[in-house]
Amino acid sequence: MAAPASSPTPSNDADVFIELRDVHKRFGKQEILCGINLTLKHGETLCLIGPSGEGKTVTMKHIIGLIRPDSGDVFVGGMHVNKLKDREMAPIRQKVSMLFQGAALFDRMTVEENVAFPLIESGVRDKAEVKRRVLEALEAVDLAEHLEKYPPALSGGMRKRTGIARAIICRSECILYDEPNSGLDPIGSDIIDQMILRMQKRFGVTSIIVTHDMRSIFKIANRVAMLYRGKIHFLGTPDEIRASPDPIVQNFINGRSDVTG
Amino acid sequence: MIVTGAFTGAVFTFQSYAKFKEFGFETTVGAVVSVALCRELGPVLAGLMVAGRVGAAMAADIGTMKVTEQVDALRVMGVHPVDYLVLPRFLAMMISMPFLVAESISFGLIASYMVTSFGYDMPSAWYLTHMIDHTNMEDLIIGMIKGFVFGMIITLISCHQGLAAENGAVGVGTGTTNAVVISSLVLLIVNFFLSILLNYIFPIGSV
Repeated sequence: MAAPASSPTPSNDADVFIELRDVHKRFGKQEILCGINLTLKHGETLCLIGPSGEGKTVTMKHIIGLIRPDSGDVFVGGMHVNKLKDREMAPIRQKVSMLFQGAALFDRMTVEENVAFPLIESGVRDKAEVKRRVLEALEAVDLAEHLEKYPPALSGGMRKRTGIARAIICRSECILYDEPNSGLDPIGSDIIDQMILRMQKRFGVTSIIVTHDMRSIFKIANRVAMLYRGKIHFLGTPDEIRASPDPIVQNFINGRSDVTG
Repeated sequence: MIVTGAFTGAVFTFQSYAKFKEFGFETTVGAVVSVALCRELGPVLAGLMVAGRVGAAMAADIGTMKVTEQVDALRVMGVHPVDYLVLPRFLAMMISMPFLVAESISFGLIASYMVTSFGYDMPSAWYLTHMIDHTNMEDLIIGMIKGFVFGMIITLISCHQGLAAENGAVGVGTGTTNAVVISSLVLLIVNFFLSILLNYIFPIGSV
């Protein structure tokens, strides 16, 4: 059945998993996103970079349906995310999981219960199976010995890693990571990078990673998108971004500001 | 709940006893206190206490979850926050509020009985007889219905304030204050109209 002409349809390309078309969003007077266009294929790893407050997290939340665009369209796995009602989002949430910037762990649950939560909610009832997968996920982030602790007793980096374990446990097709490396020491940061690479290679997971860590970009990304003034300012491979003559891009990736001491 | 119920019952008895004595029917004080506690004071006091204690806790708890993105995390994991955070609290309050109202009424009556029996030399049989004669099942039912309705009001307002919290710790504080203030006001206003409605269904002094 053909869709009515007025209703936008997802791309016909079967490889395309996530598609944002001319997405606009404003909060109050401030326009955060001024026409974002972005396409992601299955199994791709995209790093989203850009100055703070430019809408990287907002872009991510559009993909998982936590924020709806003022105009434009978001498609995930052929579903028109911004046209779905809140209670119709379940299929999207099965395909996509997310690590929040502040980890967003449930304070009243232990590390183990936090990580098990999405698994149990997705219908896995076998306790031994849950335990096994929780341990597996926590081992991937090097946290297996902290099962019984509550989130307020963890350091910032440990909370983040617990959040990552919770995001990967359901083996979603796509994982959105909001600053997975921030607050981690260099070794901890590499553990996360290697884990993201492993998820991509072993399970073909599609990932979007918001990060400020240039080292990890060159380690893990297939493509890099730079958000600047509400638009995608640059989109290309890590090698292309390194070679880009654009001064805004170069200043950003090399950490140069106009401020002098 | 016990303390508010008991002391309200006690002070109510203390004040009305003196006035009733002027007219010579101080023995009916039990009946008046009992009906008033069942129909109005019990449910309203229980409601106000619960709004301050439980409503505030609900708003603060859910508000903190909201501003730390735990509510968004629930959504992302395919769990609707209303199903997970509001519904269980709603059911729990619907069940527990009538009991709390009953507790408040009971201790109010016990205190009232003790004031008349030990504070004044009124034979306790008179108190009990008048109280039992003039308190109907309808009076108790009204108290329970009110408790039930107040429980729903407090939960809905408090959870809504929690889920609407924004702007970090300040937002949680504002939400918690609003939850208590709005629930208490709505509760008092609804109580008036509920009294009229329930009095229409169960008229006072009909039996």
